[in-house]
Amino acid sequence: MVSRKNLRWKIDEVKTSLGTFKGLEISVGRLYVEDWEEPMGPTPFPSITDLRDWDRKLLSRYRPFYMPFCDLCCLCTFGKCDLTGNKRGACGIDMATQQSRIVLLAACIGVSAHAGHARHLLEHLKEYYGEDTPLDVAMNTDLEAPNTRLVCGVRPRTIGDLEDVLDYVETQIVHLVSSCHTGQEGDNIDFESKVFHAGMLDHVAMEVADIVQIASLDLPKGDPEAPMTQIGFGTIDKSKPVIMVIGHNVLPSVDIIDYLMERNLFGEVEVGGLCCTAIDMTRYNNKMAKIIGPISWQMRFIRSGIPDLIVVDEQCIRVDVVQQAQKIGAPVIATNEKSCLGLPDRTHADPKEIVEELAEGKVPGVLILDPKKVGEVAVEAVLRIAPKRRGFKTLTREEVQEAAKRCRGCLECVRACPNTLPIQEAVKAASQGDFSKLAALYDLCVGCARCEHACPEGFPIISFMNRAAEEKIADERFNIRVGRGAVQDVEIREVGRSIVLGEIPGILALVGCANYPRGGVEVARLAEEFLKRRYIVVATGCAAMSIAMVKNEEGETLYERYPGIFDAGGLLNIGSCVSNSHISGAAIKIASIFAKRPLRANYEEIADYIYNRVGAVGVAWGAMSQKAASIAAGFWRLGVPVIVGPHGSKYRRMLLGRKEREEDWYVYDARTGRRVYVGPVPEHLFYAAETLEEAMVMVAKLCMRPNDTSKGRAIKLTHYIDLHKRYYGTLPEDLPLYVRRESDIPFTMRSEILKVLKAAGWEEGKIETPDPTLLERLIRRRA
Amino acid sequence: MSARLEPWQRAEIPGPKKALVISKPGVVSAIVRRAKRVLLIVGSKAMEVKTEDGDLIDSAIRLGRTGKVQVAVTGHLIGEFIRRGFKGAYTIPLFNLGDRLRDPEWEGLDGKGPYDLVLLLGFPYYYEWLLLSGLKHFAPHLRTISLGRFYQPHASWSFPNTLPEEWRGYLSKIIEDLEVSG
Ligand code: SF4
Ligand code: SF4
Ligand code: SF4
Repeated sequence: MVSRKNLRWKIDEVKTSLGTFKGLEISVGRLYVEDWEEPMGPTPFPSITDLRDWDRKLLSRYRPFYMPFCDLCCLCTFGKCDLTGNKRGACGIDMATQQSRIVLLAACIGVSAHAGHARHLLEHLKEYYGEDTPLDVAMNTDLEAPNTRLVCGVRPRTIGDLEDVLDYVETQIVHLVSSCHTGQEGDNIDFESKVFHAGMLDHVAMEVADIVQIASLDLPKGDPEAPMTQIGFGTIDKSKPVIMVIGHNVLPSVDIIDYLMERNLFGEVEVGGLCCTAIDMTRYNNKMAKIIGPISWQMRFIRSGIPDLIVVDEQCIRVDVVQQAQKIGAPVIATNEKSCLGLPDRTHADPKEIVEELAEGKVPGVLILDPKKVGEVAVEAVLRIAPKRRGFKTLTREEVQEAAKRCRGCLECVRACPNTLPIQEAVKAASQGDFSKLAALYDLCVGCARCEHACPEGFPIISFMNRAAEEKIADERFNIRVGRGAVQDVEIREVGRSIVLGEIPGILALVGCANYPRGGVEVARLAEEFLKRRYIVVATGCAAMSIAMVKNEEGETLYERYPGIFDAGGLLNIGSCVSNSHISGAAIKIASIFAKRPLRANYEEIADYIYNRVGAVGVAWGAMSQKAASIAAGFWRLGVPVIVGPHGSKYRRMLLGRKEREEDWYVYDARTGRRVYVGPVPEHLFYAAETLEEAMVMVAKLCMRPNDTSKGRAIKLTHYIDLHKRYYGTLPEDLPLYVRRESDIPFTMRSEILKVLKAAGWEEGKIETPDPTLLERLIRRRA
Repeated sequence: MSARLEPWQRAEIPGPKKALVISKPGVVSAIVRRAKRVLLIVGSKAMEVKTEDGDLIDSAIRLGRTGKVQVAVTGHLIGEFIRRGFKGAYTIPLFNLGDRLRDPEWEGLDGKGPYDLVLLLGFPYYYEWLLLSGLKHFAPHLRTISLGRFYQPHASWSFPNTLPEEWRGYLSKIIEDLEVSG
C-alpha cells in the first residue's frame, strides 16, 4: 500500500548523461510493506466528520451539562460579548456552543502537546537510531500499535512508518482548531463531536510517542516484572550534586544518564525527576534515575534548595522556574523549543563555554535544543556548581516563627488557595512555635504557590511548610514499579473472556495529574480498595506515583504487595502520560484479539464493542491539564467512562446520563435486530465526584455493561452494593435498574434485595440481555 | 459595601450577572415561603461547618423538618443524615442534580413536580460556584439561594462574605422563621 503522503517534484528540465528530459515529474511516497491481510475497514484516517454519527449516538445518551467559567466570550474584537440569559454574541454563538468551543480548544491544546512531543521524539530518535528501527514494543505481542491500526488502518513496522501517522494527526488538529474560529461551527453537539475527534487523535499521538521511545530506547516491553525503583523526596542523596529534571520529554534526561555512564560517573551525581520525565527516565534506567514525586512536588523540591541544577523539557513545568531557581542559586537548562523561558540560545555554543557561564552564574540559565549537548553540559556544570552551593541554607524554624509573627490574619492566602486550606491558622500557630498545623498542610497542598503571591507579607509559605514537615520529607522513600508499557497480546487472550463476561468486575485506570482535593493518599486508597476486590488496576503518570507514596504497617507500597500482571488483582504501572495509549490500546485489543472483531480502520465497531462489553472506567482524580482533557475525550469516543475529582468540574462540562429516561437506554440485539431496553449502563461518560467515597461507589457502578452475564452482573452488583452500603449507609435506590433477572442478584444478599425490588415494582426480564450494539449495520438477522 | 461583594475565592469573578445580596435573613424566609417547591441541597463539607445547632447537617435536618423544603444530599453524606435520625433526605450527586434541574419538565426527586427554588449549603466553594453557573445559564426557570457564609456570584441571591458568628445567627434566624410559619 502506498502511504497517503506523496512527495512530488516537478522538474521543468533535467540534463543527465542519458540526455535531456523535459517536464519530468517524480513522485516519491513512503511505502509500507503491505503485509496486513485484513481488508481495509470503513474509516481509514477519518476526517473530522467521519465518526460524527457515532459521536451523536453517545451524545444523545450523555447530554452535555455546561457550567460556564465566565459569562462572556472575548475571543474576537466584536467582544466581549455577554452570553447570559440566552443572549447570543455578535457572531451568533450561544452559551452552550461557546462552552463546547472552549472544551474543544482545551482538547486541541492537549492533543497538540502530545503530537508535538511525539514529533520531537520521532525526529530525534530517527536521527539517532535510524528510521528503520523496528517497532518491537511489547513481548508476546503482534498488535504493536492498536490505536494507530484502528484509526489509520495502517500497520507500522518501523519508527519511520509512524511519520505518516503523525502527519495525519497534525493535519486533523489544524481542522479542529480552525473550527473554533469566529463564525465556524455553530452547534454545541458538533463541537462535542470534534472534542471526541481530538481525543481519538490524542491516543494515536500518545501511542506514536510511546512506541517510538520504547522501541528506540529499549524501555520495558510490557513486562509485568518490570523492576522497582525509588520515589520520594527522601531518596535523593543531598551530599551529591543533584540534577533535577522536570517535564514529559525524556530525551535530555536520557542523554544526562548516558553521559554519566560514559564518564563512569555512576553514583557520583543524583538525577531526580518530576512528573512524566521521571517515570520515563526510570523506564530507561531504574538504577541511576529517581522519581522525586508528582508534579505538585515541583515547587517544594526547588524550595528545599536541594537541586544544584534544573533541567526542564516540556509540559506542566512551572513557567516561572527560572525565577524560582534563582532564589536557590541553581541555574536552569531549557531544552525544548516549546519552552524557551526567555533564556539565551546556546545550542550551537561550545559546551565548555556554556558550563563556564552556568558555573560562574553569568546567566540564570540557557536554552540548549540538542539533547546530547544537554547531557554533557548538565553533568559538567552540576559538578562545578554543587561544591559552590554547599553552604546554601533554607529557612530555619526560628526564622519561620519570627516571620510568622508578622501575619496580618488577612486570609488572602486562604482565599487564593484552590483547596481553601487553613493556611492563616497554620501560620498563626507557627508564630507561637507550633509547627504541626503547617506540617499537616504539606499533605494536602498541591504546591501551586497561589497563597504566596496573595500574601501581602510575601511569605514563602511553601518553604514554611517544607521546614515544618522536614521529618516527613526525610522519610519520603517508597518503592514503585517502573512503567511497564503495553499490555501484552497474550495477557489479553487470557483475561479477555472474564472481562467481557463481567467475571473480572472491571478495569480501573488511575490516570492524570496531581491537582488533588485532599492529597495523593486518596488515589492510593482508591487503588487499594479495588485491588482488594480483584479489579485490574492500571495507572499512569502522577497517579501511578501517588499510589506508590503510601506504605502499610510493614512498610510496603501497593506495588510491592500486588503483582504487575494484567489480571484480577494486578496493579500495573503502565508508564507516563503518553502510555495512556496502552490503556485504550488494551481495550481495543480485547475487541480485536479476544473477540476477533475486525480492527483495521474500523473505529465505530470496536468502540461499540468496548462500550457495550468492556467494564473499564478511568479515574483522573487530580486532572488538571488540557492533556488530561484530550486523554479523557479519547476514552469517551471509545465508550469508556471517566470520573474526575472535584477540581475536574472546572473542565466546565459533564457528559451525564439520565438513568430514569428509559428511552435513552435501548440498544439493538445484533442477533435479531430488535431494539431492547438494557438499563442505564454505563450511566455516565464524564462525571465529577465530590468525595472519594462517592467516586468509589461510582467506579463500581460504571463498570456494568449490557453484555454482563448473570454471574458477572452479580459480581459487579456485589461490589456496587457493598461500597454503597459502606459509604452511604444504605442499599442503592437504583437497584431495580441494574438487576435484570433474579439470577443477577448476589447470592448472599438475595432476600434483602428481592424485598427492595418487589417494593419498587421490579419485573424480571424487563431489562434484557441481548447481543448489544448501537450500530444498525451490525445486526445479523432482522426480526 | 462593594468590597464585600467580591467572590470568596478571589479569582472566581463571573461576569455581568451577579447575585443579589441578602441584606437580612428575613429576605430568605420570605422567598422560601412564597416559593411553591423548594429543594435544599447539602454538600460534602456540611460536617466541617459549625452552626448554632451543631453543624450544618443538624441545621439542614431542622430545615427539612419545617416541611417547607425537600432535602437532597450530595457526596456520600446521606449516611450521616440517617445516623442522626433523619430519613427524609434524598441522595444524588450534585451535577446529576444540576443536569435534572435544568430540565423544566423534571418532576423532582419525589416525582411530585418541578422545583422553583433551590437552596445550597455546605459545598467546596468552587464546586457550588460551578453548579450555580450551570443553573444560572441553563435553568432560567429556577431561582437559587446560596445559604453559605461566602458570596456566590452565580446564585440569584447570596450572603456577602460574612463573619462566622454573624452568619450563624442569620442561619438560625431563617430556620426559626420557617419553623414558625411551618
Ligand atoms: S467570537 Fe463571537 S461571542 Fe466571542 S467575542 Fe467574538 S463575536 Fe463575541
Ligand atoms: S501552595 Fe498549597 S497552600 Fe498554597 S495556595 Fe497552593 S495548595 Fe494552597
Ligand atoms: S496572606 Fe499572609 S499575612 Fe495574610 S493571613 Fe495569610 S499568611 Fe497571614
